Amino acid sequence: MITTDILIIGAGPTGLFTIFEAGLLKLKCHLIDALPQPGGQCSEIYPKKPIYDIPAYPEILAGDLTAKLLEQTKQFEPGFTLGERAETIDKQEDGSFIVTTNKGTKHHAKVVAIAGGLGSFEPRKPQIENLAKFEDNGVEYIIKEPELYRDKKVVISGGGDSALDWAIFLADVASEVTLIHRRNEFRGALDSVEKAQELKNLGKINIITPAEVKGLLGNEKVTGVIVEKKGEDGFIIDTDHFIPLFGLSPKLGPIANWGLEIEKNAIKVNNALDYQTNIPGIYAIGDVNTYPGKLKLILCGFHEATLMCQSAYKKIFPDKKYVMKYTTVGGVQGFDGTKKEAPKAVIKAIQ
Amino acid sequence: MQDINIKITDREGKTHDIVAPTDMSMNLMEVVRSYELAEEGTIGICGGMAMCASCQCYIKSNHELPEMTDDEDAMLAEAFYVEDNSRLGCQIQITPALNGLEVELAPES
Repeated sequence: MITTDILIIGAGPTGLFTIFEAGLLKLKCHLIDALPQPGGQCSEIYPKKPIYDIPAYPEILAGDLTAKLLEQTKQFEPGFTLGERAETIDKQEDGSFIVTTNKGTKHHAKVVAIAGGLGSFEPRKPQIENLAKFEDNGVEYIIKEPELYRDKKVVISGGGDSALDWAIFLADVASEVTLIHRRNEFRGALDSVEKAQELKNLGKINIITPAEVKGLLGNEKVTGVIVEKKGEDGFIIDTDHFIPLFGLSPKLGPIANWGLEIEKNAIKVNNALDYQTNIPGIYAIGDVNTYPGKLKLILCGFHEATLMCQSAYKKIFPDKKYVMKYTTVGGVQGFDGTKKEAPKAVIKAIQ
Repeated sequence: MQDINIKITDREGKTHDIVAPTDMSMNLMEVVRSYELAEEGTIGICGGMAMCASCQCYIKSNHELPEMTDDEDAMLAEAFYVEDNSRLGCQIQITPALNGLEVELAPES
């Protein structure tokens, strides 16, 4: 069991900044994110795109913003459960919560802050009628263990970086790799496209374009796929695995079933006070929440995180007196023993 | 200020006659959102960067549209339910030339 003061669901910019604001109040944070890396949309969808409305940054790349937030929060030693999706929440008698992920990791926290953005990123699934039936029986949307494909026949579909990179990687592992894409052109890093061309020329991967996988064959496990080239009859390719790689899209997912009030695919919160949801002790901040006048901006998420932490502090320590301190005055004392503070002026006569 | 008329068929098949401003630098995805013709969180997910295809629509009229960029073209190559008349709404700026445009929103995927 992982224990913490504030459990943050979602490691995007809002979730990351919460670590800092909580840290100033000596509250420890742990974050859960379905993606394997922190940063949320900023690292998954648009790391190389510039953002122009972060105060004091005339321009900053989304990936750099993530890196800077991690740097700003590191002295507060946040914990991370990455690559796992928060699945269930159980309120304890003392008002604390236990959140369990899809992999069974349990987290015990006094307060839960949902900073889930548009939801957790799930693989986009092609429209093939019997696809669901074969999930984990030959159909995988994410490659977790490449050795699974050792000496097996594999069909990959998709035209982006991940389809190209995995086709290239599995060329040396699988007995046969076929890459199928709806277009003749692939969108990927130049190296990947050239490498795929080279492997095709060597006969190490088959590339079928423009074509689509239209059906799956097999009883319990996948034994083949039906491929259609545009304007031609379908044909069968024998295979042990079918791996559709069409990117990820965010879905609100299991948190929609936590008993929270949902409106417009977002969680309703009390914006007059502290961004708490209808369940005391569960807050929602950043793009995942809604209230009158809500704007889905990173800078609004930062503000919401700050007020939320103040409220969480009062909830956790109801009897403690506290006034907000400016970092310029109080400095920043890390949980790792570091201290940042303004340089002290000296008072000394000049002879 | 100049407004144009657009017909938008939503994902339930209902057609809406709407008025869109040409002087607010809006794109078609934003017009759909401003009239709430698709549920929040199901359209314009990437914010309008041609990176998610949640604003895919089918162009039903013969208007001349801005040329497709490589980004839009590549995104549509990865998207589902794509037809020959598919475009990403976020890449279509509302201009006076689009008066009378007819579009249908593609299914959510």
